[in-house]
Amino acid sequence: MYLLRSKRKREVLVKSFVYVVLIVTSIIILIPIFWMISTALKEDSEVYLFPPEWIPKNPQFGNFKRALTFIPFGRYFANTSIITFATMVGTLLSSSIVAYGFARLRARGRDVLFMILLSTMMIPPQVTMIPVFALFKLLNWTDTFKPLIIPNFFGGAFFIFLLRQFYMTIPIELDDAAKIDGCSYLGIFSRIILPLTKPALATVAIFSFMWSWNDFMDPLIYLNSRDKLTLTLALNRFTGMYGMTAWNLLMAASLVVALPCFVLFFFAQRYFIQGIVVTGLKG
Amino acid sequence: MKTKMGPMAKKEELYFYLCISPWIIGFLIFIAGPIFASLFFSFCNYDVVTSPDWVGIQNYKRLFSDPLFWQSLKVTSYYSLVSVPLGIALSLIIAILLNQNIRGLAWFRTIYYMPSVISGVAVSLLWMWIFNPEFGILNFLLWKLFHIQGPAWLMSEEWVIPALIIMSLWGIGGDIVIYLAGLQGIPTELYEAAEIDGANSFNKFLNITIPMMSPVLLFTLIMGILNSFQVFTQAYVMTGGGPHYASLFYVLYIYQNAFQFFSMGYASALSWILFLIMLALTALIFKSSPLWVYYESTRER
Repeated sequence: MYLLRSKRKREVLVKSFVYVVLIVTSIIILIPIFWMISTALKEDSEVYLFPPEWIPKNPQFGNFKRALTFIPFGRYFANTSIITFATMVGTLLSSSIVAYGFARLRARGRDVLFMILLSTMMIPPQVTMIPVFALFKLLNWTDTFKPLIIPNFFGGAFFIFLLRQFYMTIPIELDDAAKIDGCSYLGIFSRIILPLTKPALATVAIFSFMWSWNDFMDPLIYLNSRDKLTLTLALNRFTGMYGMTAWNLLMAASLVVALPCFVLFFFAQRYFIQGIVVTGLKG
Repeated sequence: MKTKMGPMAKKEELYFYLCISPWIIGFLIFIAGPIFASLFFSFCNYDVVTSPDWVGIQNYKRLFSDPLFWQSLKVTSYYSLVSVPLGIALSLIIAILLNQNIRGLAWFRTIYYMPSVISGVAVSLLWMWIFNPEFGILNFLLWKLFHIQGPAWLMSEEWVIPALIIMSLWGIGGDIVIYLAGLQGIPTELYEAAEIDGANSFNKFLNITIPMMSPVLLFTLIMGILNSFQVFTQAYVMTGGGPHYASLFYVLYIYQNAFQFFSMGYASALSWILFLIMLALTALIFKSSPLWVYYESTRER
């Protein structure tokens, strides 16, 4: 009896310890985000106060407007949206059909090709960066959105792999039955596979959105003209323009750029989790 | 292989190649072709504007006597060696805690993953402000809580890499999600059986959790190392490689050579060395994996 009680006591103790650690680490994770919001709402004179104020006395919601009018924000928002949307469309179209081939159709050489596809994920992008840049330069496509969009129409290894894993979970008997009913391969793809894997397509759409929206290196390499910048490029230039002083405006602008991703994350969280788990675990 | 194929099988094969043709074309144009092209460029003087000029192994010779090449390798390895194991250990610990039948699991998971959705540039700007030696929140908290006078972080040769490592730990949410899913996949019978045999928590962790998680750990270790050698945005936005080259990450150095100095040939040589290092590391990890990765030979369910 005594033994049992002490065991129970220990369990409670362990459990409380678990909660304490989780709550403390969560707070540590949240402090920078809180600090970002707090700074964004500060008056210019409050930014450089020491000790810093956690909650600004007069939240300056006008900071967002100031930050966004200082740069041609509308223009950059439109640029980024065009690139991101086109990237999503290209990725969804190409990756889904390629994944269908790998998951459902038997052919000689399929497994070798799939191994090649997987191994391309291990290649550092810098190895291909310079010749690809030379190619786009040759085509006179630099300082346009094309180098950022067109490659996505040829399927991304990560997305093809992710979709293939999902397609493999659909019973092959469905395909066979459809075939007997005279359905073509493309019919099977569009009438069986695609409708049954909508969540997987959502996962692909979300990740391709996030990566394209947040990308920095590719736009940095390809875009120069002031009116062609993306939001991440503009944010980076913003630092130089303000001479590293107006942290409140900088944080306000950063928050606005991050907002679509936050919103997407909160409303589509399960697709995020699914994507990470499938590609991470079955890798 | 000389098996006879019926017309149905032939048609299926044709459709297979039709379906994957976008990827094959993309692979040839954007991956296979460029890999060989960059190998060729690495033996040339090349500035994109004029045609490449063959110089033999000169770029590679220059590389070995280039102190900045060694510096960038040193900086990147330092960052990688600390941030990857630290990140894996921390995410595993948090995932194990999350797996203890706790309440509010979804909330915790959301919080841990949240930083990962913010763009690299915004994250970099935010941490520049956090690391600000005089007005940043980090040094303020260090002083307030522990009475420690914080270093100059990004402006200190000694502290710039530790600062970037701390920042990288803010983004371990993805690994936590992966590990949590892995832990949830471990059959509870294993733990129950061990308990009957009198195993304590530490025994169970060492003899069940770690072996069952080892394939996942292997995967995240490889991806972590590959990613840590890709660090660019933080270095470009936050430090520009400074102070005094103390944060000259390898990819930043490639970028500078290619797009600021227009030494595309030299940059190609640098990127090929990176490629070879990555291949060697991946091969090494895979080769050593039978020693520490456990694969179930027969898995029920």
